[in-house]
Amino acid sequence: MAKIVAATGNEAVANALMQANPDVSAAYPITPATDIMQRFTSFVSNATVKTEMILVESEHSAMSACIGASAAGGRVMTATSSQGLALMWEMLFIASGLRLPIVMPVVNRALSAPLNIHGDHSDAMGARDTGWIQLWSENAQEAYDNTIQSFLIGEHMDIRLPVMVCLDGFIISHSIERIEYLEDAEVKNFIGEFRQLNPLLDIEHPVSYGPLILPDYYMEFRKAQDEVESKVFRVVLDVAKDFEKISGRKYGLFETYRLDDAEIGLVILNSAAGTSKDVIDEFRNRGIKAGLLKPRLYRPFPYNEIGEALKHLKAVCVLDRADAFGGSYGPLFIDISTSLYTYSKKPILINKIYGLGGRDYLPEHAELVLNELTEIAKTEKVKTIKEYIGVRG
Amino acid sequence: MKLKGWRELTPGAVILEAGNAVEFKTGSWRSFRPVWKEENCIQCLFCWLYCPDMAIKVKDGKREEFDYDYCKGCGICALECPGKKGNKAIIMVEEGK
Repeated sequence: MAKIVAATGNEAVANALMQANPDVSAAYPITPATDIMQRFTSFVSNATVKTEMILVESEHSAMSACIGASAAGGRVMTATSSQGLALMWEMLFIASGLRLPIVMPVVNRALSAPLNIHGDHSDAMGARDTGWIQLWSENAQEAYDNTIQSFLIGEHMDIRLPVMVCLDGFIISHSIERIEYLEDAEVKNFIGEFRQLNPLLDIEHPVSYGPLILPDYYMEFRKAQDEVESKVFRVVLDVAKDFEKISGRKYGLFETYRLDDAEIGLVILNSAAGTSKDVIDEFRNRGIKAGLLKPRLYRPFPYNEIGEALKHLKAVCVLDRADAFGGSYGPLFIDISTSLYTYSKKPILINKIYGLGGRDYLPEHAELVLNELTEIAKTEKVKTIKEYIGVRG
Repeated sequence: MKLKGWRELTPGAVILEAGNAVEFKTGSWRSFRPVWKEENCIQCLFCWLYCPDMAIKVKDGKREEFDYDYCKGCGICALECPGKKGNKAIIMVEEGK
């Protein structure tokens, strides 16, 4: 039986982590993720969870402690944002390279400088090639559901990779929504016991983590890791199917909204997808065939499936809440164009950068973009491929 | 030794067999070779004590020949060797000479 509550995104994620009841967590506070670990440490203090909580002096140490605890053989999680994620940078590759299934909610926030604490995808986008699985969440419910599923995905014996669960800072992390919580027992049963793989604390079978791998073997380990990435898609879909049985909520690699017969479409991540869907309904009411695609599994990126879902459109705008400086286009745009490049017939693509540092993404922004796409679909002419929107001139 | 392909590797490069350092012969790193002059050796075993590897073989409390499979030629043994009457029992000789 689901329990319906009014809660913030952070509260929902903390509740999912409590239900997962990890063995160890090491964390350092950072806005806007602080709230998750603050709530979680209350569960520790109240003995609601059996987790050993390690308070450390930095995010670099938080991730290091998580790596050690995971290699030792425990179920491990932490949470962070922005500069905290940036400080973990070096250790992120070690967690994925050692194939340790650590779960980490990332409450997306802009990067400094200039210093800013608000919602923006620059942090997680910077970590997109670290070998972590990334699940992105539109709202608090999705953040809760993704957090629960992330344990099963990362811990799957064919995968053994760390997972980031992304949710928008403040817009989702600090806003109250209606959420359906699963029963504690249901989640416990769904996630199951943590299965170890070569734990350091198995003293009957001593193992060694983190050896030096020279040119004669390094490339083979990288190839093996690349191969694991290709198995993630199936596992994400299998876990989603099982999750639907207990929750009634359906998840895929990405979500499509009125896309099947669409001629123009938006591709957008996280909370701004919700706003966009409302505007798409308005356009549909006016007889304009608009649709939307919202990636959920962003790493590994389902290039083939997304290419198939978008190839029939006439014009598509990819909206990025992060810029890739020097890469000329936003990170999501680069991935979407890669998804489509093998097709001879494909939509005209444009890229808009929006909402940086918590700048509001309003229905009028979606409307502006959809009007431009309507025009492009008609004339097949593009004025500017990449443009900042909602910015003063 | 035949090198393994990527399908045969342990996830995360974890080493499952303890004590396998013996398989990795590190003597080829050496640029200077220690040479034991038995006639100057007083069997103090300082070389055995100071060797950072286990490249001094000892049998029945007496040192024997170097284990050149693992000696990296650091020269600590030659430095510590007290020798006999001012003559070292270990001298370092350039490899290839």
